[in-house]
Amino acid sequence: MAEPMRIRAQSKEGVTHVHVLMPHPMETGFRTDDAGRPIGAHYITEVEISVQGRTVLSATLSRAVSQDPLLYFRFEGGRVDDTVRVVWIDTRGDRRSDEAKILGA
Amino acid sequence: MCGWFVPRPDASSRREALRLMVAALIAAGLQPWPSARAAENLALAFASGSLEGALSAPGATLDPSPEIHLTVPDFVENGAVVPVEITSQISGPQTIFVLSEANPFPLVAKFFVPEGTLPYVSTRIKVAQSCNIYAVVKADGRYHSAMKATTVTVGGCGNG
Repeated sequence: MAEPMRIRAQSKEGVTHVHVLMPHPMETGFRTDDAGRPIGAHYITEVEISVQGRTVLSATLSRAVSQDPLLYFRFEGGRVDDTVRVVWIDTRGDRRSDEAKILGA
Repeated sequence: MCGWFVPRPDASSRREALRLMVAALIAAGLQPWPSARAAENLALAFASGSLEGALSAPGATLDPSPEIHLTVPDFVENGAVVPVEITSQISGPQTIFVLSEANPFPLVAKFFVPEGTLPYVSTRIKVAQSCNIYAVVKADGRYHSAMKATTVTVGGCGNG
């Protein structure tokens, strides 16, 4: 199972700024290991970010998103202590879900 | 080709004739079931090996617009980690696509921005070699785009 995500959500003047770091190899399938054997593709395909049940961003990623994908975006209307929830699913069907509370400015 | 549509005595059944007609339509590049095709568009776009294919599968066009701002460094040492930032000045829900022209699969990511989320996204992508990066925004059924060239010293696809 992948490591926990790092989520930081901070409310500033009515806008919530969200940074998400998702530890994941994001293997393209184009690389080889030290012995020259191909490394199979393994990457996150779907990401859904919601606040109190309302979706604020949904993304479809490809193998061309960098290792340990980082997302930064902003949405209106989040309140301090609301819960930001991030869920991802990868090409092996693994999924991970993490949460963070919105911080004040 | 016209021969396909002429009823032939050896066509064993109506089903066979229909099958031939559909085959002829597909061969002619027409899509008999547009709705079924729409469902597979996104998967096709992500699997496409060319910029044209990645754009045409979801029906996107490159329509340069001053309302889309794409920020990518001019020079990148490591193509495996290229920061990209897209800001759109179009309001309302929209979909933001990021494409890297020279990648084996040009469509890098798709973001759906619902009402209430600012039309802005920042992430890091892999770029195979020096090429153009595109941001394409679909809003209200129309496409808007921005392009930026970037020079990469070490590609972000293979080993090393």
